[in-house]
Formats: sequence, C-alpha cells, structure tokens
Amino acid sequence: MDVQTLLSLLFEPGFFTSEPVRTAAVIGAAAAIVSGVVGVFTVIRGQSFAGHSLADVSSAGGSAAFLFGINPLLGFLGMGVLAAMSMELVRADRASERDLVTGVVTGAGLGVAALFLYLDMTTSSTTGAAVTVMFGSIFAIPASLVPLALLVGAGALLAIGVLYRPLLLSSLDPDLAAVRGVPVRLMGLLFLIVVALAVALSAITVGAILSTGLLIGPAAIALHLAKRPGLAILLAAVIGVAVTWGGILVSYDSYEWTGGRGWPVSFCIVMLIFVAYAVVAQTGPARERRQEHPLPSGEKPHVTSAG
Amino acid sequence: MFEDFMVNTWIAATLVAVVAGIVGFFVVIRGASFAAHALPLSAFPGAAAANLVGVNPLLGLLVFSGLGVAGISQLARRGRRDLATALSLVMLLGLGALFLSRTTEYFQAVYALLFGEVLGVSNADLGPVALLGAVSVALIVILFRPLLLSSVSPELGEARGVSARLMEALFLSVVALATAMALPVVGALLVFSLMVGPASAARALTNRPLSAMLLSGAISVVTVWAAIALSFISDWPVGLFVGGLSALTYGAGRSWAWAGERGL
Amino acid sequence: MARGEVLAVRQASVSLSGRSILKDIDFSLEAGEFCGLIGANGSGKTTLLRTILGFIAPSSGSVTIDSGGKLASVGYVPQKFALDPYMPMRARDLVALGLDGNRLGVPLPSPGRRRKVDEMLESVDATRFADQRIGNLSGGQQQRVLIAHALIRRPRLLLLDEPLANLDMRSVAGVVALLRRLSQEFQTSVLLSAHDMNPLLSAMDRIVYLAHGRAASGSTDAVVRTEVLSQLYGYHIDVVRVHGRVIVVAAEAEDDAQAAVAHDPVHVAQVP
Repeated sequence: MDVQTLLSLLFEPGFFTSEPVRTAAVIGAAAAIVSGVVGVFTVIRGQSFAGHSLADVSSAGGSAAFLFGINPLLGFLGMGVLAAMSMELVRADRASERDLVTGVVTGAGLGVAALFLYLDMTTSSTTGAAVTVMFGSIFAIPASLVPLALLVGAGALLAIGVLYRPLLLSSLDPDLAAVRGVPVRLMGLLFLIVVALAVALSAITVGAILSTGLLIGPAAIALHLAKRPGLAILLAAVIGVAVTWGGILVSYDSYEWTGGRGWPVSFCIVMLIFVAYAVVAQTGPARERRQEHPLPSGEKPHVTSAG
Repeated sequence: MFEDFMVNTWIAATLVAVVAGIVGFFVVIRGASFAAHALPLSAFPGAAAANLVGVNPLLGLLVFSGLGVAGISQLARRGRRDLATALSLVMLLGLGALFLSRTTEYFQAVYALLFGEVLGVSNADLGPVALLGAVSVALIVILFRPLLLSSVSPELGEARGVSARLMEALFLSVVALATAMALPVVGALLVFSLMVGPASAARALTNRPLSAMLLSGAISVVTVWAAIALSFISDWPVGLFVGGLSALTYGAGRSWAWAGERGL
Repeated sequence: MARGEVLAVRQASVSLSGRSILKDIDFSLEAGEFCGLIGANGSGKTTLLRTILGFIAPSSGSVTIDSGGKLASVGYVPQKFALDPYMPMRARDLVALGLDGNRLGVPLPSPGRRRKVDEMLESVDATRFADQRIGNLSGGQQQRVLIAHALIRRPRLLLLDEPLANLDMRSVAGVVALLRRLSQEFQTSVLLSAHDMNPLLSAMDRIVYLAHGRAASGSTDAVVRTEVLSQLYGYHIDVVRVHGRVIVVAAEAEDDAQAAVAHDPVHVAQVP
C-alpha cells in the first residue's frame, strides 16, 4: 500500500480543502492550546468544578447572544467573566464552601440561561438553540469569527505568561505566596477570569458543557506524565491540539462510515480524551497518587480476644 | 394556578423538593456540590438514549446516573475526586452529544431535560417519582448516623467500623436516585440548585443535625412552591426562579450566620 | 499475650508502597497504663497508631488487642481535626455519635442515651459547652469533646494522635491531667503520640520512643538516656535534664545523618 492510499484511507476526500474544516481546525487548536495551558493551573488549584461551572454559566451569555443576534463568543465571554467575579466575591476559606458558592452561582446562572433559551425558542423558530449552545457546532463556525477567537486566545495566554510565577506559587501554596507578598485573592480572581476566556473559546467549539473536557482532560493527562509544571503545560497544550484535531478528523471521516450520519465532533474529542486518560492512569504515577488518600483501603482491625 | 392540570405539578414538585432538600443536607455537609451537579448532568443523556432505544426514559436516567456513580468512584480510586467527577461527567455528556445527533425531533426535549418542564406532569409520571423519592428518603433515614459520622470525619468513622469508601458510594447512589426522580420535573441543571441552596441556609439556622436536615427539606419545598407560582405568573421558566431563589437562600443563610457571630 | 496486657505489639514491621516505615516494633501496654509515643515528625507515630487501629496491616509481626470480651476495644482521637464552623452539630451530637454512630436509622430521643452522653460530657468537663456548635469551640474544648466521643463506650484502649499539638500551654496541662484521671477512673490504657515528651513526664507510666522507624520502650528513666537513644538513632545523642525538663540534643552530624536516614529508613535499621 503506498502512502497515497494510506492517506486517503485516513483522511476522507475533501478534508483538507473544506472551508469549515479549516476554520474548525484553527479555532479548535486555539481553544485546545488555551484550555490546556489554563487547565494545568485549574487542576493544580483543584478548581475543576469552577472551570466546569464557568462554562455552564457562560451558556447563559451564549443563549443571550442567540437571542439578540450578537457575536456568540462575546456572549459566552461576558457571562463567564461575570460569573468568575461573583464566585470570587463571596468569601470562602474552605474548599467545600468554595464548591458550594460555585454551585450556587452556577444554579443562578443556569436559571438565566433557561430564561434566554426559553425566549430563543418562543421568539424565533429555531428549536436548536439549547443543543447548539450546550453541545457546540464546530463545523458551523463562520470564518469571520477566527480573528476574534485568536485575539481572545492570545489574551488568555499573555495573561498566564505575565502571571506565571505568582500564579504558580499561589496555586501550590497560598500561605507561602502570601508571605512572599503575592496578592492571593486578586490572583484567584484574575485566574478565574482567564479560565472564563478559555472556556468561552471552547464553548463555541465543543459546546458549553463539554468544554470541561478540553480544560481538565489534557491537563490531567499531562500532570500524570510530567512532574514539572512548565513541561506539563506544554504537554497539555500538545495533547489538547492532538485530541481536537483527531476528533475533527474522526468526526469528518465518520460521515463516510455511517452513511451521512456522522458522530459529533464533541463526542469524538471527549472519547479520545477519555481513552488517553484511561491509558495514562493505568501507568506509573497513579500508584504514587494513591498514597495521598487519607484513608486506608479498609482492612478490618485484627482483634483477637484473649480475655 | 391551582387548576386541574396543575395539581400533578404541585404534587410532583413537592415530592422532588422534599427529597432534594433532605439529600442536599448531606451534599452540603460533605462538600459534595460538584458530584451533586455532575450526577444529574451525566444522567441526562440517559433519557436521550432511552428515547433512541425506545424504553422508558426513567430507566435510561437510572442507568446513566448509575454509570456516573461508578465512574466517579472508580476514577477517584486512582486520582483526585474533583478530577474523577469532571472526567466521568464529560465522558457521559460526550455520549449525550452522540445520542442527540441521532435525532432532531428531540431538540425540544433537550431543553425540558436540562431545564425542567414542570407543567407537563401526567398521572403516570407521579408513581415512579413517588416511589424513587420514598426509596431515597428511606436510604437517608437508614444511613443517617454512620453517614453523619463519616461526613464529620472519615477517620472517626473508620475507627468505629464505618467504611468511608462504602459511605461515599452509598451516598452517591442516593444522590443518583434522587437525581433520576427529580430530573424529569426540574431538569438536570437545576436539581442540584435545590440540593445546595436550602441545605446551606438550614445549617445556619440550627445547631442540630437532624433538625437541619428536616429544615432543609422544608425550605426546599417553599423554594419550589414560590418558583412555580412566580413562573406561572410571569410565564418565564421555572428554572430561572429555582436557581435565583436558591442563591438568595444561600445568601440569607450566610448573612444569618454572620449576624449570629456578631451577636446581632 | 501475657495476663493483664491490653495491647501487645510484637516485632511488627510496616511498609507503605515498598518503603519500610516501621521496623521490629515491640512493646506492650497493661490495663490502665498511660503511655507516651514520642518521636519527631516523620518518625512513624501516626503509622504505628493506624497499624494498631487495624487500618494498616503489618508486613510482619503482630498487633494484638485484648478486647476483654467487650465489643468496643479501641477508642481513637485522630490528628488534625478541624471541624467546619458551618457544620450543624453540637458537642453533644458528636459524643452521641461515639456511642452509636455505626448504628442504622435516625437517633430517636432516649433518656438512657441522653444520660450516658451527659455523664460523659461531665467527665471531660464539657457540660458548659455541650450545646454549642463544635466548629466554634476552641482547640482545647474540641479535644475534650473528641476524647468524650472516643471514651463513651468505655474502650479498654484509647489511642490519641498528637492531641497536644496546636494547644496553648494551659490547655495542654488540662488535657494531660484529664487523660491521666480518665485512664485511672475507667481503667483504660492510653497511648498518646507527641513530639515533645515534657508535658507528659509526670503522667507517663511508660514511654515508647520512636526514631527512624525503630522503637525503644520502657519507663521514662530507662529509655530517655544517652546510651539508649544514641543506639536508637545510630549516632550520638545527649539527653540533658534541666529544671525538670528533658532536652534531647543530637551531635553536630545530625543534619546530614538525619537527611540520609529520612530518605531511607531501612538504612538506620541496619545500624547496630
């Protein structure tokens, strides 16, 4: 079999010349890189829930954008930033309390999303708004969105670059960071806003509720493989791009295998992430991590009655 | 708003509120908000799958929330709990995206499943809701003491022979059951609002665990009733009011605790 | 196990993920004895307590607890117990959970249960704050409530993991006096871990001194001596007694040696 046949087997005809595919590849890669980089900090800081919630709440902005006909990216972005600020506004010292605040803000934000989606459905004839906002439609992104998306992505990466050291320090040990003069709370707020940027980007590609996959998945895999933060960030970005492009390819190809009823891109990306995580989690570092668990595996006390 | 077609709505919503409030007490004291959010959301593709296969949607919800519990507990054995929750949630939602792509007639139902459709409760829907609700509450009552001890301190529990891992799995299963019953009524995205808002206010109002749990159920019922009434009057979705009122309840609880600390 | 012994640890070794943490630990406790488990951070105190609790299985040797025919043989007060001030739970609720926290069903009001809880709260001088939210109590008060939680079923053995850490000096003296009194009153053997032995000197019947995963045990005077501790550590140690306090001072090589040893605990176990 020559290379030509192999390639044509791998890439269905039209893959490289299709305009939607090209746009999807560019925006998808931007979203994956930003999510991977931001995701490493999200995982280190134990803020997966906040990352997921920002996506949920930003869907209110996405559905509002649908309603008012404004740029969807701006909609996701505006609501995400608003949610990030309200989460940081409520003081919560304990992790469980922080999760609770996150949950409450999410509930309120989703209520607003419910309203906008409801209005979307009643004022326009499109019934697909909920599905588009929640699950994304990467092949339907207009090419005109690319410059803004790249700008937002570059902004997020720039912010991480500028904040890198104090952010890393305050993520690893907030007390130590406070002693060194790092404004820990401000750092938390700025970071959540950056997460909102990353999430808005992935919301328009894989959809609001699956953006968590791009944020947490590649970062979790990378942190399993690399112990150094810098390396983990690089790896997360690479893994993110790989699964996104892989997902786009599989989804595009699947139109052929399934007779025109292809698999959605978000499904393909998430499956690739999951498979990669499952493979990585089976290997080395996982055993070490188990030691962090405070509780034993539950052996029964071996009490012998001698009395 | 108390017309015949609304009677079932009031009954179903009240049942859901009681269960969510009671289960929510443990969600709050265990700090399990993420799991309580993730389980309903990962159960929701189950309804789509059931629709595709042609079985009862409730069965699909139960199967998928069960998968959510299994995913969280299995992945949590090898890594952190929040990562395990996020990854199994994303995995099941990915399946949801796949099922949804198989049909376009289902788009309207997506909205209902995500955000709730309290006005469409039929007589036939009430039976399963009541049954699953009764089972969830019964489990909480049976497990009350060991679950409470294990929630206060997993180590104290282990020293008394209460396995923290078993308690976690049982607790998640109860959340999953409550989720499956509540999801068709209030929707996946808002079930958990009812689990966190009322309970977080209740814990500020009383020092006794049992009273706090019952109070949480009561506040939850009031929240849902007010939400339905407001929704009926304004013609806006009930989810908006459930989410908003829960946030208000949380704020009220924090303010009450704050005032109490300062002896006001 | 010999007559009158409540706990017998015989040649017990423990490894966690291939790392040897404890090596040939051997000591026993008699009924009503008050024993301090003394060692620096990382010397394996918590691991030893968790092994006695049965949370960790020893890789060799044995841990035997004489339950005396009672179901509740061991009470436990864990380390680093910081309760959420938001947790709706009074001091008396936690003590009641010590009585029947493993039973199913919601607790129904019962005069007998209430009396037992009241008596236990009285014995640890916690009646005053029995109805306060436990998360709002001071460290010393929380410690008393936890002791009541652990003791309410009258176990024959009470294990406490660093109960004196993070307490102010007055609370430390109060908690030690309380434990000493309770161990005599209930005939409960107490095994208490601490990194500083001084607050316990007057109370201890016996000391188990842990260093680098090995232990020396006996009376305080027999164990806390230059020769014994030097052999235990594997390098020269001076035991200095000043104003009724004991200070353990290592020779100058300590830092290097300790760093090397902490990295590989088996290493010191091989030192004769």
